[in-house]
Amino acid sequence: MSVIAPTLARIRTAQFGDHLVAWLLITPALVLLVAFTLYPAAATLWQSFFSTPLVNRPAHFVGFAHFQQMLADPVFVKVLVNNLLYAAGSIPASVALALLMALLVNARIPGRGLARMAFFTPTVLPLIAAANIWLFFYTPGYGLLDQLLHVFGLAGHNWLGNPSTALWAVTAVTVWKQAGFFMIFYLAALQQIPENLREAAAIEGASRWHTLRRVILPLLGPTTLFVLVNAVIGAFSQVDALFVLTNGGPDNASNLLLYYIFQNAFQFWDTGYAAALTVVLVLILAAASLVQFLFVGRRTHYR
Amino acid sequence: MQRRDFLKLSAATALTAALPLQRAHAAELIELPMYYPVAVGGPIAKIMDGYAAAFHRANPDVRIRPIYTGSYQDTTIKALTALRGGGSSAPKMAVALAVDIFTYLDQGVLVAVEELAKGDKAWLNSFYPAFLTNSRANGKIWSAPFQRSTPVLYWNKAAFKAVGLDPERAPADWAEMQDYARRLTRRHNAKSVTEWGIQIPSSGFPYWLFQGLAIENGQARLASVDGTHTYFDTPETIGALEYMVDLGRKSKVMPSGIINWGTTPQDFFQNRCAMMWTTTGNLTNVRKHAPFPFGVGMLPKHKRYGAPTGGGNLYVFNNTTDAERAAALRFIRWVTSPEMAADWSMQTGYIATSPAAWDTDALKQYVAGFPQAVVARNQLQYAEPELSTHQNQRVTKVFNDALEAALTGQKAPAVALHEAQSRANAILRRYRA
Repeated sequence: MSVIAPTLARIRTAQFGDHLVAWLLITPALVLLVAFTLYPAAATLWQSFFSTPLVNRPAHFVGFAHFQQMLADPVFVKVLVNNLLYAAGSIPASVALALLMALLVNARIPGRGLARMAFFTPTVLPLIAAANIWLFFYTPGYGLLDQLLHVFGLAGHNWLGNPSTALWAVTAVTVWKQAGFFMIFYLAALQQIPENLREAAAIEGASRWHTLRRVILPLLGPTTLFVLVNAVIGAFSQVDALFVLTNGGPDNASNLLLYYIFQNAFQFWDTGYAAALTVVLVLILAAASLVQFLFVGRRTHYR
Repeated sequence: MQRRDFLKLSAATALTAALPLQRAHAAELIELPMYYPVAVGGPIAKIMDGYAAAFHRANPDVRIRPIYTGSYQDTTIKALTALRGGGSSAPKMAVALAVDIFTYLDQGVLVAVEELAKGDKAWLNSFYPAFLTNSRANGKIWSAPFQRSTPVLYWNKAAFKAVGLDPERAPADWAEMQDYARRLTRRHNAKSVTEWGIQIPSSGFPYWLFQGLAIENGQARLASVDGTHTYFDTPETIGALEYMVDLGRKSKVMPSGIINWGTTPQDFFQNRCAMMWTTTGNLTNVRKHAPFPFGVGMLPKHKRYGAPTGGGNLYVFNNTTDAERAAALRFIRWVTSPEMAADWSMQTGYIATSPAAWDTDALKQYVAGFPQAVVARNQLQYAEPELSTHQNQRVTKVFNDALEAALTGQKAPAVALHEAQSRANAILRRYRA
């Protein structure tokens, strides 16, 4: 007895000390996480159920009114459709292009270093600068594209001012910008694949296409999943290119969800509606990630 | 006493004497951060900095700190965001769109210039009345006219001569403008045009230039005085949009679709369009860069002459102390004084905001040598206030979207405008008594 009690006390003190140290250690991260992630997320959810405060009318509870308003808002429906089209256009194109470029610069080709640098350059450019370069390409009359068309005797085209091309013009900039970034991940993954697997495939008489399809692509699975998750998040959080290229126009033809949230929050000062739109955006992203991890993730081969 | 010691001593005395002085000076110096946009070509930022420095020389106790904040729209976004955040970096004043008055009032961030001026009616009445209409709300004048404009028509005299038109005469009415534009349009082949007859830019804020057409077609105002009703679907407004759409899609004398506001002056300089509508604020830019003689005319009439006023006013925010308000007013009165207004007008092309400014010798001489400078002022007698409503940016966007839909051929003008009107109604309903 006389021995056990102090020992227990000592153990308790030691445990308490460990807990204290642990809490102290995670405090900086926790403070940042709460201040910049958890609190804003909770506040946004809370605000989405309240009206926008005005000078003479403070915010009051409106329930799901903002979400009902969305269903009747033709611009919201349009930006949602645009965003889906944009995702469907930009994700497969940039992932396929990234894989192609990675395979190319992983092979022993002359000027490999130069090619790697060239493919990666768009990624290091700030997006605003990149978008300005493309703004010049697209300018009707004296932009690069129109000058090219003119050389072949074709009429110019108002790429950003035409509702049928504006969204695709923005998509092209994104593909150009992010393919190089994804290429780096594929390149790293390709270099992790042991040489003896390829050799084994070659000895078995597998063609290069067969090797790619049955050996290399499955081994790139985890990378593809990672890249896809990033691409989906990127597609739904695209906003900066729109500031430079189209401002979402003409007639919302190139407007996307996050830009529409910006317009509601900072141009119209409708913070309640903007909060509700943000909740929808977060739900979409959460759903997309969940689907990918559950279905794509299950079929991914991890080593 | 050694010479070196003497120097040390006097230096020390000077320092101790200077220190309290400096402190007192620092306490008295009033700093006023002022946001401002740049909406026209030319070195506006340099001129602004020059004005701030000149004012500081004449008023050592006040320093205006001009901060460039992008377009008009960006300026309002940044000002309201900073004011909401508070703190010392928030602006005390801004040059902002005159029509954003309700946007600022709805946020409750303004001090009325009329109150600051303590009812100095003589000063307020010195401005052109047309420029004050967009400053009035709730029975008060909230902002002081500063970089004000109307759109005008610029034409390339050499191009006129080349097709046998009188190079000294602008098209007088809609029919003539269309006819001139048809004659001036040069085609490379059936599909490709090398020079358009006319460009009425429509990117970003198509409502402004379009409003000129609407007024000429008899729709004097697009919104009620109290900013709670819009007139987007009247026969006059619809007729004006049909004319604008037809210039591009039917007559093919103007590029169809969205025409870029920023590159239109460039198109004009490079002989890609022979006539253009743009703000008089571009006048000095055009004068410097047009490689050919050019004319400036009033917008052509239809049922009547007409043009919207436009541009920015000086606003003071209510995060200011009494001393800061007094200092802000001193700057506003200085920069809108006849001499300064005349200088601003000559350096940019914006319309000097008071008749007294046009009576200064400097501006008289300038106009004598450059008569194009007086056209916009002469047009003021036909000018109407620019579209301004509660939730101005949202309502204006609804209207812009409709104009863009019609100009790009997505919707018929009448359909687009009826939709815009019903959406504007939905937004403005709660502001109606």
